[in-house]
Order: sequence, then structure tokens, then C-alpha cells
Amino acid sequence: MLTTHNLTAFYGDFQALFGIDLEVNAGEIVSIIGANGAGKSTFLKTITGLLKAPHSAVRFEGRDIGGMPAHRIAQAGIAMVPEGRRLFASLSVEENLKMGAYTRRPGRFDLDAVYALLPVLKEKRTQPSTSLSGGQQQMAAIGRALLANPRLLICDEISLGLAPIVVKEIYEILGRIRKEGLTAIIVEQDVGMARLFSDRLYCFQEGRVSLSGRSDALSHEAISKAYFGV
Amino acid sequence: MIAWIDTIVQGVLLGGLYALFAMGLSLMFGVMRLVNIAHGDFILLAAFAGMALVTGLGVSPGIALLVLMPLAFAFGYGLQRGILNFALGRDILPPLLITFGLSIVIQNALLQIFSADTRSIQAGALVTASLHLGEGLAVGWLPLTIFVSAIAVALALQWLFGATRIGRAFRAAADDSEAAQLMGVDNRHIYALATAIAMVVVAIAGVFHGIRTTIAPTDGPALLLYAFEAVVIGGLGSFWGTFAGGVILGVAQSIGFRLDPGWGILVGHLAFLAVLLVKPNGLFPKTR
Repeated sequence: MLTTHNLTAFYGDFQALFGIDLEVNAGEIVSIIGANGAGKSTFLKTITGLLKAPHSAVRFEGRDIGGMPAHRIAQAGIAMVPEGRRLFASLSVEENLKMGAYTRRPGRFDLDAVYALLPVLKEKRTQPSTSLSGGQQQMAAIGRALLANPRLLICDEISLGLAPIVVKEIYEILGRIRKEGLTAIIVEQDVGMARLFSDRLYCFQEGRVSLSGRSDALSHEAISKAYFGV
Repeated sequence: MIAWIDTIVQGVLLGGLYALFAMGLSLMFGVMRLVNIAHGDFILLAAFAGMALVTGLGVSPGIALLVLMPLAFAFGYGLQRGILNFALGRDILPPLLITFGLSIVIQNALLQIFSADTRSIQAGALVTASLHLGEGLAVGWLPLTIFVSAIAVALALQWLFGATRIGRAFRAAADDSEAAQLMGVDNRHIYALATAIAMVVVAIAGVFHGIRTTIAPTDGPALLLYAFEAVVIGGLGSFWGTFAGGVILGVAQSIGFRLDPGWGILVGHLAFLAVLLVKPNGLFPKTR
């Protein structure tokens, strides 16, 4: 569904990605792990259009999307749960969810479906999004992304700043959606969670892919080496 | 006693006009953090355009306004999309400089086309007709019309921002323009729509202003000041706050004029300063 070929990315003169080759097939969950500064967020920015990429370096469902503006890529069916959630502070919970549906893409997720999946959001629907706890905000951000009825869902560090029990709960919810067919890229600091939840795994190190393979086939040792670049 | 009630009433009605001045300014700032230094000059531009339509087409000011509003919408959209969008970024200075430049261009263009003579939009009997409310109290139909229009505009804008998909997009883009892009919002288009709507409000304000008083090409900066003061007094974040700010400014000026004809504007400025000192976020701030 998504392939990147020799993907490079720059912040001004600084090169952050040095030729990333990655692919996600329909129905797969692919996780990306790596230390801070390894290039994971940069990679996601190029996929979602927030950062310029060479036009043919990113292919999504048969189309070259590198360098396309972010709002067009969102329309094409890539939705991201951004790092730090980035809910809209002056909007209520329900309004935030409705923003997810801005592209009006058809699919099985509407407001009722999201509320069924995440009932705590329904309770707090009229409250300002800033009044939610960290875990609830993360659920709201996920709900918002689901309302875009994406072909590809991207989750950027959804465990960040959350208690382990909350992280478990969130991945349980993702697991439920997964059963109905979900293609996703999960970027995670929590390597254990990443291995558990994904089919395949990529490890980034200093802007390059240092390791890739089936999540259940990679050894702990191999991952450590690739993670730290030893 | 009646004289003071009359003063307050006239002040409130004047506040309606100031509210119209202010709402366009507050809209652009609210959505894009863009301070439009040329705002007052755009109001003048609309007033002169309205006048030209009235004399050129021989129609009533109402018809002229109906013709002017879609033109203002297109003008605002083009202005934002073609010029101001490129000035937006992290730095607050470029939009200030560009709109300052626009202000000078507009003033001189108006001077060139219309000369420095003062004039006004002819509205016939509406300008002097009044409604008698009782013992010594009368309100002019024009100020009343302006006030009601201001309320209608505030209601419309509040509805637009609060209950529509586009309004949510405006607020979301104001909160986090990058995250809004991830939702599929085309910021260039959204900002252009915001300015387009602001220019429609400006057109309404300009035509009313041109009917109510004489206009001259260099009046712009003074109007910007009133709009700015109304926004600051009311506080950022809601159109009703801006509306209240306009009314308070109008009442302050009206009281000042009652005390001494030379003090009117000054008392308005003093009220503005007082609010800045005591409640710098404004009297009814809703956000940030």
C-alpha cells in the first residue's frame, strides 16, 4: 500500500534521512522504533506531507505522493495520530472528533462508531479537549484519526507520557479495530509494545534503516544492536 | 436625567458602528494572527466604492451594498490568497509591513481618484428620520439600522464559527495550523475565506459609515484606531466580546461629547487605556 524508495529528507542544509526503503502492505501493522533523533518523526512528516520529499520517493496505492501538500495526502487516505496528540485546544472533544471527519471520506467510522469504541469520549463530548486526562486525550486523538476513515493509520508515539496500564488499554482498543482490518504504521518508544503489536518492524538509526524484519523473528540482541548502532 | 439616558442610548447605537468596524479586524486576527494595519483604509475604500455605485448606477445605498458585498468577498479572497498568505509565518512583522504599505497605497489611490474633498453617501430621508420613544427621547432610524445590522453580523459570525464545518476549520487552523493540515484543511484556502468574510463585514461597515458621516481618503487610520480599541476593550475570542467592546467605546465617546464637544474622542481613548491598565486581556476574553 505504501512504499518509500531511497527517501531522503532535509531540514535546510541538514540531512535527516539518508535513503529510507520501507514498505507497508494492506492489512499489515508495521512498527518503527529507534532512539530520539533517529529520524522516525521526520519520516512520518515526509509521508504525511508536512515535509518535502522527492516526488517518486513515496508511493501510496499506486500514486507518487512525495512532496504533495499535507491536506491532499489526508484526502487521499493517510491519517496520523500526531506525537503529543495535538488536539485543538479551543475546540470541544466532539468538535475535535468532527475535525477528523473534515475530509468527509466515507467508511465505517462515524461519530457514533467512535463513541461506541471509546465511550469515555461520549461522556465528555462537550467539554474542552484540554480538560481530558493524558490517556483520554490520546483516545480522542485516535478517534479523530479514525473519523478520517483512513486507508493507512499512523500512530506517532502514542505511549508517550502515559502510564503503562493506560498504554495497555489503548493498544487493546487498537487491537479491536485491527480485527476488522487495519493497515498501520506504529512509531513507538516502547520496543516491547512495538514487537508485540506489529507484524513487521523497522529500526531507524541516524536517518537510516538499521534493521528490518518480522517482529516475532527478530532477536532482542539484534534489535539492541540496531537501536544503538553498536 | 433624560439627557443622560439619551446620551447612553446614542452611545450604544454608535457602538454598533464601532462593533462593525471591529468585527472584521477581530476575525482576521482570530483566525490568522494577522493584524491588518490597512483595516480602516479598507472601510474607507468600501465607503467610497459604495458612494461610486450609488452615484454611478443611480441606486439606493442598500442596493449598492448588495452589489458591493460579493465584490468585497472576491477582493478579500484575492488579497489573502495573492498577497497576504505569503507574508504569514512565524514572524509578526511582514504582515504589519505589508498592510501598512497597503494602507498608504489605498489612501493615495483614493486621493487620486476622488480628491481630498469630503463627501458622503446620499441616503435621503433615512439619514435624518427618527423614532420617538417618549419624553424627549428619540433614536435615529439610521443608527438603529446600523445597530441592528451589527447584531445580525455578530450573530451570523458566532453561528459560522461555532456551528459549521468551516468555522471549526477556522478555529482549528488558528489553534494548530499544522495539525489542521493533517485533517485535510487547506490553510491557504481557509485563510482566504476568512479575509473574504472580513471584507464583507468591512463593506457593510464602510457603507454605513459613508452614509452616517462625511468621508475623506485619509480617514482610515482613525477608524483602525476605533476598531482596535473596541477589540482590545472587548477581549479576544468571541464576536460578542468585540461587540461589547464597540458598545462600551461608543458609550464612552458619547458621554465625553456630552461633557464637552472637544472631549468625545478623548474619553473613548481614556476608557481604552483604563481597560488596558485594569484588565489587559479585555473585559470578556474567551481564549488565550
